[in-house]
Amino acid sequence: MGRYLFRLPDVGEGVAEAEIVAWLVKVGDVVEEDQNLAEVMTDKATVEISSPVAGVVVAVHGEVGGMLPVGAVLVEFESEAGVEAPAAAAPVPPEATIDAASSPAPVPAPAPALAERTDAPSGALRRSASSGRSAGEAPLASPSTRRRALDLGVSLIQVPGTGPAGRITPDDLEAYLVADGEGGARSSLVARTGVNDTRIVGLRRKIAEKMQEAKRRIPHINYVEECDLTELEALRLDLNQHRTEDQPKLTLLPFIMRAMVKALPDYPQINARYDDDAGVLHAHEGVHIGIATQTPNGLIVPVVRHAEARDLWDCAREVARLAKAVRDGTAAREELSGSTITLTSMGPLGGISSSPVINHPEVAILNPNKLVDRPMVQGSFVTVRKMMNLSSAFDHRIVDGYDGALFVQRVKRLLEHPALIFMD
Amino acid sequence: MTETLRPKVLVVGGGPGGYVAAIRAGQLGLDTVLVETGRLGGTCLTRGCIPSKALIHAAGLYEEAVAASGEAGRFGIRLSQPPSLRFDETMGWKDGVVDRLSGGVSGLLRKAKVRVVTGWASFSDAKTCTVETTGGGVVIQAEHVVLATGSTPVELPFLPFGGRVISSTDALSLTEVPTALAVVGGGYIGLELGIAFAKLGSKVTIVEAQDRILPLYDRRLTEPVSRWLTKHGVAVHLGAKALGQDDAGLLIQTADGTEPLLVPADRILVTVGRQPLTKGWGLEQMGLAVEGRFVKVDDRCATSTTGVWAIGDLVGEPMLAHKASAQGEMVAELIAGHRRRFDPVAIAAVCFTEPEIVSVGLTPDQAPEGVETIVGQFPFQANGRALSMEAGDDGGFVRVLARKSDHRILGLQAVGRHVSELAGEFSTLMEMGAVLEDVAGVIHVHPTLGEAVHESALKALGHALHI
Repeated sequence: MGRYLFRLPDVGEGVAEAEIVAWLVKVGDVVEEDQNLAEVMTDKATVEISSPVAGVVVAVHGEVGGMLPVGAVLVEFESEAGVEAPAAAAPVPPEATIDAASSPAPVPAPAPALAERTDAPSGALRRSASSGRSAGEAPLASPSTRRRALDLGVSLIQVPGTGPAGRITPDDLEAYLVADGEGGARSSLVARTGVNDTRIVGLRRKIAEKMQEAKRRIPHINYVEECDLTELEALRLDLNQHRTEDQPKLTLLPFIMRAMVKALPDYPQINARYDDDAGVLHAHEGVHIGIATQTPNGLIVPVVRHAEARDLWDCAREVARLAKAVRDGTAAREELSGSTITLTSMGPLGGISSSPVINHPEVAILNPNKLVDRPMVQGSFVTVRKMMNLSSAFDHRIVDGYDGALFVQRVKRLLEHPALIFMD
Repeated sequence: MTETLRPKVLVVGGGPGGYVAAIRAGQLGLDTVLVETGRLGGTCLTRGCIPSKALIHAAGLYEEAVAASGEAGRFGIRLSQPPSLRFDETMGWKDGVVDRLSGGVSGLLRKAKVRVVTGWASFSDAKTCTVETTGGGVVIQAEHVVLATGSTPVELPFLPFGGRVISSTDALSLTEVPTALAVVGGGYIGLELGIAFAKLGSKVTIVEAQDRILPLYDRRLTEPVSRWLTKHGVAVHLGAKALGQDDAGLLIQTADGTEPLLVPADRILVTVGRQPLTKGWGLEQMGLAVEGRFVKVDDRCATSTTGVWAIGDLVGEPMLAHKASAQGEMVAELIAGHRRRFDPVAIAAVCFTEPEIVSVGLTPDQAPEGVETIVGQFPFQANGRALSMEAGDDGGFVRVLARKSDHRILGLQAVGRHVSELAGEFSTLMEMGAVLEDVAGVIHVHPTLGEAVHESALKALGHALHI
């Protein structure tokens, strides 16, 4: 028997630390080899860490929500194998240095062997606990109250109960009806005084940190232009009508992606990652477009790699595939990082104008707003055109307003005359 | 001569589900026809709950009289000779009770202006059925059909009903008390009847496949029943399987025995469950969705076909008369255009064993994971009324289960003589969403068994008075 110190392995992609999202074992547990010990979160993927040995857990280090550096002791075992793992044998935390002379591709090298054994992406991005009346619990009320509520078409779930154990009394129902029916009589309004404390962990914390970092470091400038998409919409409708079985349905996104690909070579500083600590701008030739995607757990930005090498259909296919992958929680880490510019769109929820937050360390983000029919002046007539505003933000340290505006104008021209997108 | 009826509502089955649906529909002014092949009242009234309770009552009196004729007598009451049992008269009295109730149902239906058609309904489609009556065929085409066909006893393939092998229905119309009665199935029906016949003098043997009797209840609740069986010489084979019969009785495989064991019996009562009556009346013509053995319904008892409703044993567990009645009443109101939903908090179940068991809601073993609970249990041994009617020494008690956080009552159980009458209070507490303090705050009448309910809540709150 010997004490085996299991250290947090390098979970890939040069991350220096990982957040413990869940413990799957506790002190005293007998663990099989390859049994999962904990879920940790790196970047935006949750990874299950499995045990390299069989043994008894004698200590676990770190609490849920805590950060643990790679190489720090995660679990101590009393192991049958009796292997003493010397500190030197444990993976050394990789230094997060960037060689200023080289331009590393955003696509990481194949994961090291150690990581490969442990880094099967977990399907379970954890859902934060919901508060309030516990799910599936029927509201507590007497049969006559339930009957009256049903007759009135009132769902008792909505009615606050003041009786013991939260029981909805006949008076509670009456008060609710009065409040509901007469726009809220003062006497029947109930002040909600509860405060629910939720520890911000996991993905939510990751998002919080990233957003804060972006806003703290980057002086944003915003620019909004309107684009006439009447032609493009006609084209899109036609393509969708005549697409073949294996072709995905086209949204606006792939067109915008192709327009970006077309415009960016003339504005190399916009398709870039800015290492502000080192003072180096990595301008990429390839266009890796981050697609901001809402999931039940929060915002995730999967990356369509080398959009310049994908045609319209391929872009659409990849966007759909990635969106499904992040919603299922099956997206690989490599698919969630390395973007050089980001596109964020909320479709019908897109509003009139927005001021998107740049996905640090990128320097630009585009945010198409809602497409609407609007009266526009053409010559001396007013006609109805399909109009869409295009909001954008640039890192003013790198991109001046003038250059940002030129870029957006270029994208606008491409979108308004979609043939240009397809011309070489 | 074929008569055609086109009522608003057709109810199929005159049991506690169907006749209640029909009465309520009639009260609501709906043109209603009820089809029943046998007597009004269904299984419950004519060959189940009611006749068995009558038999149990008579058996109890006989047992008392036998005890009084013994050397010790009963509380000073002594009979100079053992009582004689005229079983045909016992059955006659029981039949009188059934007749009175069945006649009562008939009167209630008449008062509600429900037309009763006697015969077997056969559906040709979801809204049309033909009934062969003594007066000729009747075709009924209804706007709404309420299916309340009930259930039948499950037959064992190796012990088919007939001759010596009887169902619960047959057991309630025997002409003489069996000398030796073997009961296959230790559920509530088998035990109620087995105990009644044991009191009437049969040598009773209970054969149960599971490792305890009344497996639907927890062990603490059934323990007093087991104790009674042991004390009264009722043999119980647990973990045993019935194999078949030979000339002398029932052959069983016991839990530990290798050789089949012979249980001498002149009657073998098979009570291994009941199955919904889904065959023989054209269910397959109606295109209704099913769920396992049952007809599938939603929380309004609506089937997959608009205007066809199903209630009672036909639609699932629990197969209890009071559930069927509640559903029947609801369906009639739904047809009349009311908004209703079947949303009971809990449905109580009662066993008329010796002693009786009543249970509603969750038992302590069934408390959901992660919910902290408290249990208050109060023995009838400490209840004056129980002692005054010799109901204190059979191990009976009242037990309440509540959530620890807010004291909401999650379940109530009792075992003891006469505790079936506590079912009403138990259900009321559950449906009203009572907390322990509610029970504690109700003055329970002295001297009654109900005081034990009060005390069980006080016990859960940590301050029982009489223990």
